[in-house]
Amino acid sequence: MRTVIDARGLSCPQPVIMAMAKMKEMESGEFSVLVDTETSRENVSRTAQSRGWRIKDVASEDNGCRLTLSKS
Amino acid sequence: MRLKNIFASVWGIVAAGAAIGIVAALLQKLGNPGNMGVCVACFERDISGAIGLHRADVVQYLRPEIIGFVLGSLAAALLFREFRPRAGSAPVVRFVLGMFAMIGALIFLGCPWRALLRLSGGDFNAVLGILGLTFGICIGTVFLKAGYTLGRSEKAYTAAGLLLPVIMIGLLVLAFVFPQISGEPKNDVLFYSVKGPGSMHAPLLISLGAGLFVGFIAQRSRFCTMGAIRDLFLFGQTHLFMGLAAFALAAFLMNLGLGQFHAGFENQPVAHTMHLWNFLGMALAGLAFALAGGCPGRQLFLAGEGDSDAAIFVLGMVVGAAVAHNFGLASSPQGIGPHGIAAVITGFAVCLSIGFFMRKNVA
Repeated sequence: MRTVIDARGLSCPQPVIMAMAKMKEMESGEFSVLVDTETSRENVSRTAQSRGWRIKDVASEDNGCRLTLSKS
Repeated sequence: MRLKNIFASVWGIVAAGAAIGIVAALLQKLGNPGNMGVCVACFERDISGAIGLHRADVVQYLRPEIIGFVLGSLAAALLFREFRPRAGSAPVVRFVLGMFAMIGALIFLGCPWRALLRLSGGDFNAVLGILGLTFGICIGTVFLKAGYTLGRSEKAYTAAGLLLPVIMIGLLVLAFVFPQISGEPKNDVLFYSVKGPGSMHAPLLISLGAGLFVGFIAQRSRFCTMGAIRDLFLFGQTHLFMGLAAFALAAFLMNLGLGQFHAGFENQPVAHTMHLWNFLGMALAGLAFALAGGCPGRQLFLAGEGDSDAAIFVLGMVVGAAVAHNFGLASSPQGIGPHGIAAVITGFAVCLSIGFFMRKNVA
């Protein structure tokens, strides 16, 4: 089962802290982050890309969006 | 298909920061107080005085810039479909953080924006404030790393998200219905300073227009001075810091050009030279901003895009300003207030407790 981090409703910089912790833990692979603001989406994307992760997919969901990050 | 936000790029944040720095220097030229072209803390304090929550007669004016910040952000959020009404992340804690953020800022005499504007105008006392701000934010990052969180906000009624913008429109209506009468300290419900910094202001429509412009670009770019310093220390990220640097540099160049640069420690406008308290006041404010997730400007922009928890922080700041002046906590150009030291100690005790006791693993 794919890992999902739910960062919806959290203030800055918690979504980034959570995504970074997961990137560090996994080192490579694929996981999703749920966010509910554009700011969080931008911040998580920026951080992921700066650490060599790819934004594989961005899907709108009922209350925000699901970012899928991957690194091989 | 998602519209690409050009302001989310490095050049976007640099352009936004520089534009805000230019606007600030111009507002000072057009009548705002020295090194106070824009100051979120000072201006919210002036609004607090304008509606009579405190009676410090030199700092009472309904600053249209603040109203513009919220409404400009609201306009940008609506236009780009980012208006998301949300609420419920420990509101009373945010209110208290807002109060102590304001109290700390008024011991230094300025928010982070004004700290940078003071530096860009040659006021070297600001260096102590900026160091203090950085210190306070660093304490905040320690708590963040240790699992500090105020919990999740939930989707809220649209009307709830619109409440602070509506309050701002209400204040604007008051400003038009009860305008300043030359030489008079009051027009019906609104107080107006006849001397001091509260009496110094750019024309109302220019202030409002500048506020709307800044609110719009700040919402798009996510400009945040606290975040700039926090991300640098917490993640080694320079994105927001580029905006902060552009803001200070643009204001500095404008001040040079407009003859508003006067280097030194002594006789700086609306400033005192008590280095320790400049440092500690801003350290308290920085800690409160970090725990609340944004500098005072950013809280206004978040409130404009529907974040009721940020709105609560703003209201906490307005009430904090009233407490600061009514209780003699706020500084003046002569130095700290009679109870300023007690306020710093109390503020640290409260904010450190919030950081320490409100930790959990949300993942």
